[in-house]
Amino acid sequence: MELFSNLALGFATAASPENLLFCLIGVLLGTLIGVLPGIGATATIAMLLPITFQLEPVSSLIMLAGIYYGAQYGGSTTAILINMPGESSSAVTAIDGYQMARKGRAGAALSIAALGSFFAGTVSTFLVALFAIPLTAIALKFGAAEYFSLMIVGLVSSVALAHGSVVKALAMVALGLLLGLVGTDIYTGTPRFTLGIREYADGLNFVAVAVGVFGIAEILRNLEGEKTRSVLVHKVSGLWPTREDFRRMAAPVLRGTAIGSALGILPGGGAILAAFASYTVEKRVSDKPEEFGHGAIAGVAGPESANNAGAQTSFIPLLTLGIPANPVMALMVGAMIIQGIVPGPNVASEQPALFWGIIASMWIGNLMLVVLNLPLIGLWVKLLTIPYYVLFPIIMAFCSIGVYSVNSNVYDLYAVAFFGFAGYLLVKLRCEPAPLLLGFVLGPLLEENLRRAMILSRGDPTTFITRPISATLLLIALAVLVVVFLPSVRAKREEVFQEED
Amino acid sequence: MKSLAFDSTNAICGAVFVILGGFFTYQSLTLDLGTALRMGPGYFPLLLALILVVLGLVVLVQSTRVAGEPLGPIALRGMAFILPAPVFFGLTVRGLGFVPALFFTALIAAFASSRMKPTMALMLAAAITLFSVVVFSYALGLPFQRFGPWVRF
Repeated sequence: MELFSNLALGFATAASPENLLFCLIGVLLGTLIGVLPGIGATATIAMLLPITFQLEPVSSLIMLAGIYYGAQYGGSTTAILINMPGESSSAVTAIDGYQMARKGRAGAALSIAALGSFFAGTVSTFLVALFAIPLTAIALKFGAAEYFSLMIVGLVSSVALAHGSVVKALAMVALGLLLGLVGTDIYTGTPRFTLGIREYADGLNFVAVAVGVFGIAEILRNLEGEKTRSVLVHKVSGLWPTREDFRRMAAPVLRGTAIGSALGILPGGGAILAAFASYTVEKRVSDKPEEFGHGAIAGVAGPESANNAGAQTSFIPLLTLGIPANPVMALMVGAMIIQGIVPGPNVASEQPALFWGIIASMWIGNLMLVVLNLPLIGLWVKLLTIPYYVLFPIIMAFCSIGVYSVNSNVYDLYAVAFFGFAGYLLVKLRCEPAPLLLGFVLGPLLEENLRRAMILSRGDPTTFITRPISATLLLIALAVLVVVFLPSVRAKREEVFQEED
Repeated sequence: MKSLAFDSTNAICGAVFVILGGFFTYQSLTLDLGTALRMGPGYFPLLLALILVVLGLVVLVQSTRVAGEPLGPIALRGMAFILPAPVFFGLTVRGLGFVPALFFTALIAAFASSRMKPTMALMLAAAITLFSVVVFSYALGLPFQRFGPWVRF
């Protein structure tokens, strides 16, 4: 079986002492930032991106991936213990997890979350391995028109998943695409929108935009009203769930894994949507729906499995097509480009050790998380007592170092301040930054493929609808748009996002 | 016309989109547009900028229909200290060098919280600087000058 020889190569790569170390660093850092509210995986990866420049490509990507799924684990700890999501994807876990903690079952809730996540991580890692090759084969048939249409699907899905107004999210995509075009035009060498500043001729620095819009804007939002966090449980005991708990978590974990894996693959999907969808499903299929909101085990097990499964499978579009499904994956594209790897279907055949090494490391990382997190829970609880005003000077210092070290360009630091301000303004105007960042990354690619497709078709725009794959993709995008504008879905969508706040 | 109730947040938001779209439209028009077959540097941005203007107008029109929530508190103190921190780092990292630039950057950022005490801020900034120098400069070997020309005698 080719799959097994590939996986063997992957495990051999991921299990080298060096890569194991970076995987460990990644998952520990991920858990740490997942536990601490106010700093997310996106901002952390953005800050660490330049530093990984010095590492081997495999090691750096393994570490960054570890931060992402580690953050999903850490986020649930915070959600359960202080009723505040450490990561947005664990927002639903807070609903029932915190209630379990109030009933003295914090330990059981944490173990259920960890074991559910581990199971989901194992299954979805296997799915990534299974789907990677056939999808890559399809992707190799893609021409410029197909790539253009695929990116449209990704952008439209990111709109569907954003909070609040669909129109605003669309506008954010357009703005992001425009910002992505700042710099020199690839065909003619004409500088565009650089305001005459030569340092912006290579385009706005992606790390600067990501750190500003996600990191700094988030800090400013947290500084609006400073609250003291109260930790509910200082000593967590009774970690191991009872036999009854195991019986009740089995089905939700399986359903959560299935939902999460499916939603993670969709461009624009990922952990957050998966967790919400799973919670809704569990509430509907439960024979005791009144338990939800009062410490239902299914309400912890389902979403926690789903968010981890979604986090893993969102690597599929990145590894096979080179299309980022969410902002974190967009950062991974950035990391690959820094290392001189062009993300896309060729990665699997040209760099098999890298490709399968990343996949194998996900399983190893998940194992590390489950082994480490349960014994280390006391340490994470202690970390929660660190006041926020100590954290953000640290974050600001690392932001500055990280952004400056990409290109040693001081204009990048001014861009951070500007995008921090802009990001905060957008948050205040109730606009979601995720579609903006996705647009920013895809902007140049989208334009290039549009122009190439038009040249190939001799200026005939029907090329996008006469080529079957492209037409199907555009139909999907259209369907998603129609669905989010349907009045019933709109009402439901508002309800779902209300629950998160 | 029932009342003059309108969502001020969305009105501002729509206006911001229209202005930004207008700016990009104006800039795109100064570039070569080309044809649909061979698009010039201005073609695609112009398209996007016009879409942005239209979406901004839609948000603006929608804002007159419903009364919205207020903007909420604004982190003025936060903005006054957080935003200058990376700018300060950018202005001084070459002249002062990594160590002093980072120390003052952390110190400036620390004052963004009203709860921070001066001694605490100094200690925190010193600790961050020490940690960063050890990790980034010595361990990871990032090519920073630890002390720049302005502070060398």
